[in-house]
Amino acid sequence: MRSSFVCFGLLMLSANLQAEFSGNVALETQSFSESAQFDGQLDNNVTLSFKPRWDGEWNEGDDLWSLELFLRADNKDAGRQHADIREALWLHVTGDSEWRLGINTMFWGVTESQHLVDVINQIDQVEGIDGEDKLGQPMLHLQRYQDWGVVDVLLLPGFRERTFQQQEGRLRTPLVVDTDQAQYASSREDSHIDYALRFSQTYGDLDLGLSWFKGTSRDPVLLAAFDDAGNPVLTPFYEQMTQLGVDAQLIYQDWIWRLELIRREAESNDYNAYTAGFEYTFYGIMESAVDLGMLLEYSADDRPAGEAGAFDNDVFLGGRFAFNDAQSSEILAGFVIDTDNRSRTFRVEGNRRFGASWKGTLELQTFTNVDADDVLAVFEKDDFVQLEMAYYF
Amino acid sequence: MFNLKLPILLLTLAIPSAGFAQSAEEKGLEIATAARAYDKGFTDFTANMVMTLKNKSGQTSTRLIRIRTLEVEGDGDKSLSIFDEPADVKGTKMLTYSHGLEPDDQWLYLPALKKVKRISSRNKSGPFMGSTYAFEDLGSQEVEKYTYKYLRDEPCGEMNCYVIERYPAYKFSGYTRQVAWIDTEGYRLVKAEFYDRKKSLLKTLQASDFKQYLGHYWRPGTMDMVNHQTGKSTLLEWQDYAFKTGLTERDFRSQALKRIQ
Repeated sequence: MRSSFVCFGLLMLSANLQAEFSGNVALETQSFSESAQFDGQLDNNVTLSFKPRWDGEWNEGDDLWSLELFLRADNKDAGRQHADIREALWLHVTGDSEWRLGINTMFWGVTESQHLVDVINQIDQVEGIDGEDKLGQPMLHLQRYQDWGVVDVLLLPGFRERTFQQQEGRLRTPLVVDTDQAQYASSREDSHIDYALRFSQTYGDLDLGLSWFKGTSRDPVLLAAFDDAGNPVLTPFYEQMTQLGVDAQLIYQDWIWRLELIRREAESNDYNAYTAGFEYTFYGIMESAVDLGMLLEYSADDRPAGEAGAFDNDVFLGGRFAFNDAQSSEILAGFVIDTDNRSRTFRVEGNRRFGASWKGTLELQTFTNVDADDVLAVFEKDDFVQLEMAYYF
Repeated sequence: MFNLKLPILLLTLAIPSAGFAQSAEEKGLEIATAARAYDKGFTDFTANMVMTLKNKSGQTSTRLIRIRTLEVEGDGDKSLSIFDEPADVKGTKMLTYSHGLEPDDQWLYLPALKKVKRISSRNKSGPFMGSTYAFEDLGSQEVEKYTYKYLRDEPCGEMNCYVIERYPAYKFSGYTRQVAWIDTEGYRLVKAEFYDRKKSLLKTLQASDFKQYLGHYWRPGTMDMVNHQTGKSTLLEWQDYAFKTGLTERDFRSQALKRIQ
């Protein structure tokens, strides 16, 4: 990783480029309201993150480069202290084709409560359990525009392992995941070359995406093992998988309908899963400038109980307030309820700008009525409040 | 978005006065149709916009937005807004394919998630970026979006103006009517008043510092929109206008939003 960074730096210098610099520095405090469930977990923490980004272009915009880094300093929680190259990319545009070479982070899909179709990047799980923080993925990516749609062809060399909370971290498994003992189904281990294809097109008010992925699953199976000192731990096992995905979004009047559907085939399991739902927006509620979007999504997963993920038969019900004020204030609040065992998680996230350069974000998450057999049982004592103040430049 | 046709929205014709009995509505429509025709052929333009929001107590906040607009034959324009300030929204981009009475197609690129998101554009009356401009004030001004009524001619500053009323024909407008002052020489929108759903005066727009581009197209240097009901105002300062810059459909693709700088 370090050598690729140096190479990228040389590429930038050789092109003698002017860079646009942006990013943020953020101070985050987390506070957990209940005593920890497992040994060594902390009750509160203060950490600092830094996300610098450089953008540049040459050849009148036909060639572009970008570099985005992420660093988190944490002196109490070793698992969260980490650095990553989110993006280190050369992009070349020729007519109806775009070539990307380097490290990139991308987003596929439309649903709000979970991201089934989005499988290119590994999840940076120590940053959050919602799957929206992701590790940079090395790739060669061709995007080709046709009259009948856009085709993406991706060659993905170099696998990124998922990050896991360590001993001190909350929101973790009872046994710590020992990432030094990661195992792979492929004899090429983390050097297996993965492939992905995507087709996407807009048909009036409908946006449709079809995707195919073949390679190392980003979701590990966790196996019981022992670390070097003989302590019981979990070790991640990364299988080979093939996934077909469909994502669709339809806008109809004040409704936005969303669907993500996958078929995944791997050694441990072949299964189907989907998330489907809508967002209905009330504009200018009570004669104010505030818009309220009501979200309802249902998720199902046909793996047998105990093997399925957190969204096996779950309803997400949420509300999004957009205040449309000078501070761009927003609040998103929602429940996820397991319809089999009534386990509930509630999450609210609010943010607003302060002055020209600061943004404050408040997050609160609770886990209530959690069934002992539910995937969320390990988080039962992890209700938390998180406050972040970020300075943007 | 920001296809500021407002300034050159309306244009009068040398109407043969003898032999025709033309209603005020017919004259209003004729003016609007001719104004749209006058602005045809600009092909594309780019500009930088400095938006200064001022609240009742005089506190200000600033947004910097780069605008790129492409003229589309037989439909509304395609327009891209790239946000540079405030810093927390830097890299956010909004792409709009505007249509006449049909809702526009609109996409947002969210840099924090690296996600392109199709959004609903049906609500036109909401404030843009917390300013006193509504989305409908800044959108592509197609003739069929309104019905019209010519009121009178009167002096406006150093110019002479036609005064006309227009009534939104699209759903979900925040206005019952608008009154516009258009100068008779260069067809510049000098002033406009906006009346809310209760028919009370809501906002007044005042445009100034006009410049002519390509020897034909007028654009204002500043536009000030005052909301009389909240005491807030928003000043738009337009800089670095450039026309026929060579933009093509390729620069307005939703899938390319992420890369555009």
